[in-house]
Amino acid sequence: MSQPDPVSLPFTAFTDVAALSARRSTRWRPGLAAHQGLALHNEVFASTRESAGCAAALALALDDARCLPREAGDEAQDRRSVLWVQTREAARRVGRPYRAGLPQTLQGRVIHVLAEKAEDALFALEEGLRCRDLAFVLGEIAGNPKALDFTASRRLTLASERHGVPLFLVRLDAARDLSSARMRWEVALAPSPAPHWNQRAPGTPRWRAELFRARAHAPGEWVLGEEQGGLMARKPDEETGEAAANWAAGLRLRHPLRRA
Amino acid sequence: MSPQEAGSSRSRRILSIWLPALAIDRWRVMADEHSRVLDRGPLVLIADTAHGPRIEAVNRAGAAAGAHKGMMLADARTLCPEIATAPSDPAGDLGFLETLAIWAQRWGPWSALDPPDGLLVDVTAVAHLFGGENRLLADVQQAFAQRQLAVRTAIAPTAGAAWALAHHGRDGAIVEGAEAIERALSDLPVAALRLDQDVVTVLRRLGLKRLGEIATLGRDAIQRRFRNRKSPAANPLVRLDQLLGRVPEPLLPVVPQQVPLVQRRLLEPIRHRQLLDTVVTDLAGDMARELEGRGQGARRLELGLWRVDGEVVVRRLELAAATRDPAHIVRLFAARLDDVDAGFGIEMLRLRASWAEPLALAQDDIETAAETHGTSLAACIDRLTVRLGAQAVTRPVPFASHIPERAQRWQPPLEPEASSQGQLAFHARPLKLLDSPESIAVLYATPDGYPQRFRWRGQVHEVARVEGPERIAPEWWRERGGARLRDYYRIEDEAGRRYWIYRLGIIGDGRGGPPDWYLHGLCA
Repeated sequence: MSQPDPVSLPFTAFTDVAALSARRSTRWRPGLAAHQGLALHNEVFASTRESAGCAAALALALDDARCLPREAGDEAQDRRSVLWVQTREAARRVGRPYRAGLPQTLQGRVIHVLAEKAEDALFALEEGLRCRDLAFVLGEIAGNPKALDFTASRRLTLASERHGVPLFLVRLDAARDLSSARMRWEVALAPSPAPHWNQRAPGTPRWRAELFRARAHAPGEWVLGEEQGGLMARKPDEETGEAAANWAAGLRLRHPLRRA
Repeated sequence: MSPQEAGSSRSRRILSIWLPALAIDRWRVMADEHSRVLDRGPLVLIADTAHGPRIEAVNRAGAAAGAHKGMMLADARTLCPEIATAPSDPAGDLGFLETLAIWAQRWGPWSALDPPDGLLVDVTAVAHLFGGENRLLADVQQAFAQRQLAVRTAIAPTAGAAWALAHHGRDGAIVEGAEAIERALSDLPVAALRLDQDVVTVLRRLGLKRLGEIATLGRDAIQRRFRNRKSPAANPLVRLDQLLGRVPEPLLPVVPQQVPLVQRRLLEPIRHRQLLDTVVTDLAGDMARELEGRGQGARRLELGLWRVDGEVVVRRLELAAATRDPAHIVRLFAARLDDVDAGFGIEMLRLRASWAEPLALAQDDIETAAETHGTSLAACIDRLTVRLGAQAVTRPVPFASHIPERAQRWQPPLEPEASSQGQLAFHARPLKLLDSPESIAVLYATPDGYPQRFRWRGQVHEVARVEGPERIAPEWWRERGGARLRDYYRIEDEAGRRYWIYRLGIIGDGRGGPPDWYLHGLCA
């Protein structure tokens, strides 16, 4: 196969390729919404033994909303509602949202939908994506229901892109099936850093997030957490050292805790 | 008397209409030929009570035979064994009185109910339309006589005076001026003051039988005796002042409300869904015009489908916010019409907005309508509730309680949120709360040590970090005495999983055996 002569190609082809490769090479990082716009259709895989999926999805959604450049007509504070759709099975396994534990900016904005079947949940998600008054839509579906096939996920992507409402679909205990989601994460809870005042207490949440499939980014793995009102992502290796230290500190502290 | 008071007393004219035999008259009008024969002999209307049937209304022959209202039927039977009975219908009587009140607005601009068997009509400055107040009363008598209802009427400057004259005075009395009222009322019994029965009894024991006698006693003496100022029916002085117009008496007028209703009668019964959708679209358009004319939006819509074979199918719809958008209404009904069985065809459709709220006319914004896609929040919630049910779409709101699962309630999403106390910053709460706490087996240092290790859903978790306890005592004012306290711990296991667990009770609290542990929430 002969290589095309670079000189014979039009100049615009080079700029396009350069721009494309530059865009392709951008690794994901927090605050990317400021340059690239909202990540519209995201899937977050998580286990039902923890609430990492929802917590990380909320953190990603809030980070996108924070970093999005505000237009002149926008309100200073986003007061739009958030649609939180759960199937009954998902609600049974990981519980329902608890208002007092939600992030401060979301309290009072959540509208909860409890769907009996996955079909109903998909209907509710799509209706939510069509609504212009919603900040984002969060879905929780347990397992790999038959209704959630590639066609269904494509429908969600199209609805999301047409109306510009981001979707975060948390897949609980699900296999990585075929999907048209733009970004697909696998999330688990990670050991938290020791709080400043009480070394024995659990600290601010950390999540180990693996971006295993993304349209615009290279795959990668990060440890996410919220610091100083923003999302923070670190490489896992620098985190593991800290985590091990924390873990050791926790072990050391455990023995004096035993009371009579 | 000041000129202004004289002017106001001259300007106000109230017509009181009393239907002394409303229940019997209504029974007679409603009864068929066969049962109307009963009315020739003694007849009573009865209501069932715990002690047997009691007489609620009596016709003329029955009263002559000795029966009266409030008597037990068994007692009346001993006096007159051939007495006939029919069931009474107080709710129907009240409904009939309401329609009468609206009908009585032919004599004045507003009317009020005077339950159980009276009406009040404001006839201020309308008497000349009938040729004077005497002719007005004659007209009232004639109109009620045509409907076969017995009435007693009176016109006076205050509602109280008109009521007293209609019930206890001369039929068709007309009173004008303050002195005339006092003169006309002085001979009436004290029951004309609309007092409670026990107050009337007290007055009678005091030897006060006529209204004129109360005035001779002096206000101070009566004021000392009757101190209840809250309820006018318990205080003769307040009633007397209302009667004479010294104290205003608020009355609640009856305002007729027409429910927005549109319907289509079809020349040819329809049996196909496509045609049905067309007709529903037409109805929705009609309804939108109807509502727009009133400046209202519908909150609840009822679509009735009359089938040829006499069946009626009704589909009811509730909306999250007032709307009159025909496309939205059609779309919502389309989801509810899938299971309609047309049978031999549908010949009539009727759309009724049984609950409507004011909705101002808004100008269409051409620019925004073109550039914003999508639906409004209210429309989105309507679509969700129509398919998933009203229970499925909710919003969490705080509730004043210490118990975590009680501290949150679910309410319809667009309802305003009740004000509540802000939560305390040092109360760390989990992101998710399980529907019911799940029992876990915990290894811990008794009696109240930190948890070391626990088993949940078949897996063992080593506790690495723990914070607590946060003690939440049972709410003694609503729970049984045996309820145990909860000690909540926020924990993190070796993999970093964070949970909210609690120990129910404490050893030695005298409320059961060794305490159980539960996992209640999943932290972020």
